[in-house]
Amino acid sequence: MGFSYGDAETQGGVSPCPHKLERKGIVSAIRFEHVTKQFPGASAPAVLDCTLTVEDGSFVVILGPSGCGKTTLLKMVNRLYEPTAGAIYIDDSEIRQLSATTLRRQIGYVIQQVGLFPHMTVAQNIAVVPRLLGWPRERIERRVDELLELVELPPAEYRSRYPSQLSGGQQQRVGLARALAGDPKVLLMDEPFGAIDAITRASLQDELLRLQRRLKKTILFVTHDVDEALRLADRIVVMREGRIVQYDRPIAVLTQPADAFVHELVGADDMVRQLSLVRVETAMAPLPAGFRRNGEPSIAPDADLRHALSLLLRTGAPALAVVDSQQPIGVLTLDHIRATAKNEIEG
Amino acid sequence: MGETLLRAYEYATDHQEEFLRALGEHLLLVGLALGIATLICVPLGIVTSRSRAVAATVINIFNSLRVVPSLAILFLAIPYFGLSLTSAWIALTILALPPILINTDTAFRTINPAIKEVAYGMGMTGQQRLWRVEAPLALPVIIAGIRTATVEVIASATLAAFIGSGGLGIYVTRGFALYDNAILLVGAVPVALLALLAEMVMSRLQRAVQPPA
Repeated sequence: MGFSYGDAETQGGVSPCPHKLERKGIVSAIRFEHVTKQFPGASAPAVLDCTLTVEDGSFVVILGPSGCGKTTLLKMVNRLYEPTAGAIYIDDSEIRQLSATTLRRQIGYVIQQVGLFPHMTVAQNIAVVPRLLGWPRERIERRVDELLELVELPPAEYRSRYPSQLSGGQQQRVGLARALAGDPKVLLMDEPFGAIDAITRASLQDELLRLQRRLKKTILFVTHDVDEALRLADRIVVMREGRIVQYDRPIAVLTQPADAFVHELVGADDMVRQLSLVRVETAMAPLPAGFRRNGEPSIAPDADLRHALSLLLRTGAPALAVVDSQQPIGVLTLDHIRATAKNEIEG
Repeated sequence: MGETLLRAYEYATDHQEEFLRALGEHLLLVGLALGIATLICVPLGIVTSRSRAVAATVINIFNSLRVVPSLAILFLAIPYFGLSLTSAWIALTILALPPILINTDTAFRTINPAIKEVAYGMGMTGQQRLWRVEAPLALPVIIAGIRTATVEVIASATLAAFIGSGGLGIYVTRGFALYDNAILLVGAVPVALLALLAEMVMSRLQRAVQPPA
């Protein structure tokens, strides 16, 4: 598209970076180097000496209690806050090399549902960044329709509605469409589902994962909700009092918490929560020879073990048939789940 | 009462030329005062909305001006501007300043900070944020301020007649001097109708620019 940050054509030659060649091959979308933010008059820094590399196309969730500095860390990426010390790089270019407005137009930004402009229609809201980028009108119109389709709001019905005429979940879909409008490579999401009821939140999370599999954006997502973090993240950054205490895969955060704080925060003793991070296909046994379906409930291979456990207990069936596109590929029993818990989780 | 009204109507038609001139003068005074007050107060209100200290100072000064009776301001202006339209519209402008200033200040101050931050976060410049986001959101409240000012100024413009600056107030002073209520009504009724009309038009305008809730 030519607008995404760090596009080879636009970045090449702009800033010869001495480390560029060494770093070739390591694709890092966002890199924090010893970033500290001290607000004037605050007794302690909001963010203290944070170093973090976010890989290209990965979904990273910043998790921590309120006041831990997670939102501050996020807002330094689009320069709503400037670090007191340290530097932030996107695609190996220091973000201060661009003007703040140019940088921000290349980064999608989603906040809690209040973020839509109430005096603009859905279409106008989505068109904000394309307009700032000076796209021609027809291209903007096409893009608006395309994005509304993407977030499953039929354009004919929703284009000319105002935010107040949408439900909270719909508003957040529009917020997501708006953030994607300029086709940014990086998406910043600040507790986007915080003010939404549990059922809608779950469906928005699914939607976001579906979109992410398709679009492969680099997402930095702030939340204080542990289950949301476990569900969405490729990697979780756990923060406490301005510092990063752990940066790891969700299962590792749960099974090998860095310290007592992380242990308590994520509820590392909660076996059922841990099962929710293991997929059925890693625990199932291959089909026994001469297997014939005998009324076993079926489950998908990419479902999680928590669901499988629940299904086993609810139906009282001795085993589940793991079914992939109508074809049984394995079986799963309580023993399999127990064995997996022992091996995978307790290590 | 009905008879007095009828006589007032006859008086107005008998003095049609004078009546129309007085109406014109009245509207000119009102329009001038409101126009100047709006030009001063909307930009000033945007400035004050960004600083609590500036807002407190400026709004207090303007409010204390309002406490001085308009008639007094009128007489105070005479030594400098004479018995002229200028004296009249200075007094009227001062009257119109506080509601417009206070509403503009409030309108910009009460815009959801998250909305303002997201405007920057999406890459708007300060100007773009002001014109594309803040101004449209503030507009209904600003118009409400102008509406309050309009009604006040239409009614108070009758005072201009006291210093010989014309307007529909001439009939009020004349009726009072001649102890003739009919002549007084020739001034009073059109002023009341004008105020009502302005109120209606402005509230319709206010609704038209209000984002759907």
